[in-house]
Amino acid sequence: MGDVVVTVRVNGEERKALVEPRLTLADFLRQECGLTGTHLACEHGVCGACTVLLDGRAVRSCLLFAVQAEGAEVTTVEGLTPADGSLSPVQEAFRDAHGLQCGFCTPGFIVSVTAFLQENPKPTDEEIRDALSGNLCRCTGYQGIIKAVRMAAGLEAAPA
Amino acid sequence: MSPAGARFVGQSIKRREDPRLVSGHGRYIDDVVLPGMLHVAFLRSPVARGVITRLDVEAARQHPGVVAVFTGAEINQRCGPMHPTSQPPNPEAPHAPLRPMAEGDVRYVGDPVALVVAENRYVAEDACDLIELEVEPGPPVLDLEAALAEGAPVVHPEVGSNIAGAIPAMPDPELEQILASAPHVVTRTFRQQRQTNVPMETRGIVAQYDRYAGDLRVWASSQNIHEWRAYCARVAGLPENRVRAVMGDVGGGFGQKAFALREDAAVVVAAKELARPLKWIEDRQENLMAANSARHEQATVTMALDDDGHILAAKVHHVEDVGAHPPGGGGAGGGFVAMMFTGPYRIPRFGFSGTSVFTNTVGKAPYRGPWMMETVAREQMMDHVARELGIDPVELRRRNVVRQEDLPYQLPSGLVYDVVTPAENLEQATAMLDYEGFRAAQEEARAQGRYLGVGVGLYVEPSAVAFSVWATDQANIRIEPSGQVNVLMGVASHGHSLETTIPQVVADHLGCDIEDVVLQQGDTAVAPFGAGTGGSRSAVIAGGAAQQGATQLREKVLQIAGSLLEAAPEDLEIDRSVISVRGTPAKTLRLADVAAAAYLNTDVLPAGMEPGLEVVARYKPPAPFTWSNACHVCTCEIDVHTGIVKLLRYIVSEDCGVMINPMVVEGQIAGGVVQGIGGVLFEEVRYDADGNPLTTTFLDYLIPTAPEVPIIEYGHIETESNTLGGYKGMGEGGAIGSPPAVANAIADALAPLGVTVTDLPLGPSQVLALLHP
Repeated sequence: MGDVVVTVRVNGEERKALVEPRLTLADFLRQECGLTGTHLACEHGVCGACTVLLDGRAVRSCLLFAVQAEGAEVTTVEGLTPADGSLSPVQEAFRDAHGLQCGFCTPGFIVSVTAFLQENPKPTDEEIRDALSGNLCRCTGYQGIIKAVRMAAGLEAAPA
Repeated sequence: MSPAGARFVGQSIKRREDPRLVSGHGRYIDDVVLPGMLHVAFLRSPVARGVITRLDVEAARQHPGVVAVFTGAEINQRCGPMHPTSQPPNPEAPHAPLRPMAEGDVRYVGDPVALVVAENRYVAEDACDLIELEVEPGPPVLDLEAALAEGAPVVHPEVGSNIAGAIPAMPDPELEQILASAPHVVTRTFRQQRQTNVPMETRGIVAQYDRYAGDLRVWASSQNIHEWRAYCARVAGLPENRVRAVMGDVGGGFGQKAFALREDAAVVVAAKELARPLKWIEDRQENLMAANSARHEQATVTMALDDDGHILAAKVHHVEDVGAHPPGGGGAGGGFVAMMFTGPYRIPRFGFSGTSVFTNTVGKAPYRGPWMMETVAREQMMDHVARELGIDPVELRRRNVVRQEDLPYQLPSGLVYDVVTPAENLEQATAMLDYEGFRAAQEEARAQGRYLGVGVGLYVEPSAVAFSVWATDQANIRIEPSGQVNVLMGVASHGHSLETTIPQVVADHLGCDIEDVVLQQGDTAVAPFGAGTGGSRSAVIAGGAAQQGATQLREKVLQIAGSLLEAAPEDLEIDRSVISVRGTPAKTLRLADVAAAAYLNTDVLPAGMEPGLEVVARYKPPAPFTWSNACHVCTCEIDVHTGIVKLLRYIVSEDCGVMINPMVVEGQIAGGVVQGIGGVLFEEVRYDADGNPLTTTFLDYLIPTAPEVPIIEYGHIETESNTLGGYKGMGEGGAIGSPPAVANAIADALAPLGVTVTDLPLGPSQVLALLHP
């Protein structure tokens, strides 16, 4: 099968490339778009590090081909930051709550949590833990991450 | 001790590394892209042990997009010595052949057989499928007993046996006499299963050799970039000063990235041969199959006690599995197990023997607290003994724990505890739980047919190894002409928050604003030699170096300032980069003014003073180890119908000396604890009877997720160590104390049902098997 042209709106910008049909959306974002914030940690859809928003829904970009995103709107972790270079409330909360150490899983968590809080702005603790169950972290023991979600949802105050 | 007027040490300052990491602007190994870069994939053995009867790479070489294919033999013959710096070759010691790839035969599933270089990873993997590999399989050696059995197949014919290392028992008639005559003697064998580190970022390396400059540049996902430089120089046959190694952000390691491993050598050799930049990024299947194993070991413990529950003596026999190709080819972790077994207790007489064995499995490499079997076995043993003697397990610990009046306390291993507080940790943690209250609630629950348990894990952590290559760290602290401060160090923070904590230390001791300080690490062309980050060493050794350097530099700053302000240096104070004369607040100078004098206006310097504002401070702690300690207390409830263990409360009382940043300390505890919980409840690297790994995806190798983890409660005791700053390392402790705390809680819950727990893991199927033998 020959290469195909794929056109995707990524973080509000149209990106067009000639790609192999087997190129994953994750590799498209990282290699063709230079957006290396989307990380690959398992490439089999379990760890959630590669989570991006596809037309607003959180998806695993390692399990999609770039061609499946044809015509879609993709938001990566880079696209969640305000244009002035500050951090989004979720990103800020991860920092405030020590919700990350090595930072490799973090973009996937931030994208997942951003989508989750849009659907459920005032979650219970159990809902928070369930929502995080699709993302793996090996550094934090999830303590700071759970706290970060609570802070981002306004359920807990950020430290001064 | 924090300097007078400390502003930053002791504060939970938000991490300076975070804005780039939360916004997706970290720079990890797979983010390194070089012009003309090619991609590597390995063909790996699908057989655990066997002879290669056919290896034909021609079709792969012809495949479009493929640049080169190397067989194992072709890589091995070009490869120089690949021992770690800390393990120089010792012809007397048994060791596996040190070679990057399989040659002639294969010794574990995942053994690299061929290396493909192609224009992208997709094509490289296509080409691996075109390689014709035939292996005549032989019976593999997969576990500890099988490796030591009479007539067992030999993993490495070059070694002649499966013994990778041994610590023989020293004859000790007095010990034997105590064991023969003590009122109570208990023997148990504890086992823990094979596990692996699972950093979220897999391993990876980019290597670029410039034939004409004679230089090799390496980018690596590494915990110790100077070790990569030395190792890559050896394998490439280049002088160390012709190699520059760089790490960017690193997505976790937990010991897996402490040493360069076989694939790193193979990629460097291929990059040198081709003189093209090569990138290899391990995929998760490779990481779970072929990076490293850890923890697969057992300990048989005999403990003798008097009628009052005082321990009289203990004896341990330890057997561990080092797989086929551990870094350095052999050796054993038993020495540390022996050294630390007596842990927080007064055990007057102690004997140890140990054996490490080769198996046809992936090689063993360090994993957070590599010696932790001493705590896993000892802390479970304490509960077994308590049950045997009819004493409460916390009370048994109280009767034997090392107390302040015992200090300094010399261990049977000869090491000396100077400043430890395990008794205080035990009391704080059990008080936080309301131990007696829990015991009462447990009784009530049992009456209702519910099974609650409580477990304790008490330990002393030997942090900051201060010998061999790990003995020192250096801080080159440079105040730039603008007054901004660069701290150059050979540390390798990768989640440890040193970009925040080292500036905290420097700002306090230099007297500058933390915003004026940046830590530069991870590039051997910039940073002085150091041993990276691991072994709970950075706070103590790197923190000590930073403090020493900052203190020296402050003296010079004040000398210059004194000359400029016409005041005696001892009358000056410096705070947040402003120098003032004590009692005359109007007379001030900025650090930038002093820096300008030191570099740009040198005629104003005191006579004879060397211009510039830079110090080099290398620090070695005063003792071989800096001891920290902690007590973990865990409670659980077990559903005896499903075997599911639910953790209820998890408490850690620890003493890591002066806390530079309490938020970071608690983060380190939490991460270690949850790894240890995973090791008890979920994680196991499994092989089938033929040596095929069965846990090569995250659907099979289960690490904890958010719904399973309890909220961790922290108690802190701060007693200063005898190192500069009073810090104690604690990065590994969480993973050391948690497995026995959880195992003991499970055993305690099941005790009324007549169940005895000795083996990990303790997932639902194992719990049900214990309940229904």
